Amino acid sequence: MSSFLRRALRHRSFVVGAALTAFVLGMALLSLVWTPYSPTAINIRRRMAMPSADYWLGTDSFGRDVLSLILAGAQNSLTVGVLAVGGGLVLGSALGLLAAARRGWIEELVMRFADFTFAFPAILSAIMLAAIFGPSTMNSIVAIAIFNIPVFARVVRGSANAIWARDYILAARSAGKGSFRITIEHVLPNILAVIVVQATIQFALAILAEAALSYLGLGTQPPTPSWGRMLNEAQAMVFRAPFLAVFPGFAIAISVLGLNLLGDGLRDLTDPRLSRQR
Amino acid sequence: MTTFLLKRLATLIATLLATSVIVFLVLEILPGDPALLVLGIDATDEQLAVFRHEYGLDRPILDRYLLWIGNLLTGDFGISYAYKTPVWPLIAERLLLTYPLAASAMLLTVVLALGLGVYAAAQHNKPGDLIIMAISQLGISLPNFWFGLLLILFFAVNLGWFTAGGFPGWGDGALAAAKSLILPSLSLAAVQAAILTRITRSSVLEVLREDFVRTARAKGLSRQSVLWRHVLRNAFIPVITVIGLQFGNLLTGTIVVEQVFALPGLGRLIFQAISNRDIEVVKAAVVLLAFTVVVVNFIVDVLYAVIDPRLKAHDV
Repeated sequence: MSSFLRRALRHRSFVVGAALTAFVLGMALLSLVWTPYSPTAINIRRRMAMPSADYWLGTDSFGRDVLSLILAGAQNSLTVGVLAVGGGLVLGSALGLLAAARRGWIEELVMRFADFTFAFPAILSAIMLAAIFGPSTMNSIVAIAIFNIPVFARVVRGSANAIWARDYILAARSAGKGSFRITIEHVLPNILAVIVVQATIQFALAILAEAALSYLGLGTQPPTPSWGRMLNEAQAMVFRAPFLAVFPGFAIAISVLGLNLLGDGLRDLTDPRLSRQR
Repeated sequence: MTTFLLKRLATLIATLLATSVIVFLVLEILPGDPALLVLGIDATDEQLAVFRHEYGLDRPILDRYLLWIGNLLTGDFGISYAYKTPVWPLIAERLLLTYPLAASAMLLTVVLALGLGVYAAAQHNKPGDLIIMAISQLGISLPNFWFGLLLILFFAVNLGWFTAGGFPGWGDGALAAAKSLILPSLSLAAVQAAILTRITRSSVLEVLREDFVRTARAKGLSRQSVLWRHVLRNAFIPVITVIGLQFGNLLTGTIVVEQVFALPGLGRLIFQAISNRDIEVVKAAVVLLAFTVVVVNFIVDVLYAVIDPRLKAHDV
């Protein structure tokens, strides 16, 4: 493990990605205990104030402190990301492991299902869900999770099939272990790295998707602070207070950039076959 | 080749059927009674019965599905609950904006990405390559709607070269209409182009390491002519698959970008329909978008088979 750490600390995109991700996580954690002002406190007399010593990033059209909104928005983005990717990861990996363990028609069925869901973009799922249940944070979590299921099912099945072809699986089989025990004891631990790498990249996509859904009004609803929502509100003020359209976008871009770099770094570090050329 | 086409065609039809079933089940069955949804809880039983009869909601589910899909195939998308008019003309009008927008964004993506990707690969590890890689890494992390907002800030608010949004329609001259699609296309294309640039670059680099490239160099061909005559043809095969997948992203991306630039496309229609609880319109629009994605992926798969000589040799 310590050699892994030493290699990791020398890997540029891993270090930058980890730092940016830690920064965003820090914002979210900080917002749990402290924000400069209440992110929901409306102050009509301080509307659209430029960034200043009192309000570092200015105030929005309701006089709310932009910095506080961005800190609290990090909490929202990360919560949606964790739940949506977590849900997709658990269900998708289970399907992928099942497909690899059972092969035959079950594998065929799982893969066709994955192909099909893949053709169905997250935003369309979200639109259908919003048309029925109305827009909400839960709506974006479910839609993004649905999008994530086939991604994990494919990746996990591919790597699990490679593990099932190894000699030590044959040994485990001849020792009398069943498919389920082999999956849990031998297959899963060996593909964990692949799952973690994929989860990191999917997390980045989930943050982008959540922001887009909230921007469209299909996701997180006011007054809960969310970056996508802030950009939606900023757009109406784009001629009067252009700076409002800048900071929430930066927050999204930094989170996504951090997770993408972290994912790239983790992939390089955990996959010995990949060279640094890519 | 024929076997491949037939197989792929069968998958296409199965996927289209599955898509229509899901959309139908989710939007027509899951919400419960559309009559109650549209007329509200204050409606009398008679009003509800009349509404259900009018829209055929009193028939068995299978009948309703078959009727709906049968009508879809003949171009009849049903009657809008809110406007009381056929859905198809509502949608057709919006497609005249959404399809050109998606297509121009796709074109922009391909031109930018192939150019930059091949250049970066040719400049491997030199400053040009590193700069393109850094920019594309940033591009991948940008939300397309935020990039659109920044374009508005810069080109409309600061420079005044474009309007901040809106669409004059194709009637007042194609030039004005096309101009209003430039910034939206750019904001859609930026992220996808960043992704495709990286894929093109690594695909070209991979082919450059192949033995046949060394052979071609050894027989005296210049770097340039090896790149153009041998490498690119092979390198573009995986790139084409990704382009097909990206079209789906671009098409659904229009929903977001239309909102940013206030363009009256399919996306806007969907939002109006959602707030009007006009399920017929949502259903038709969603199924149309999903079908377009599936059909484009089919076309790309077929193209792929045409371009990749190995796939053909397999069937002979």
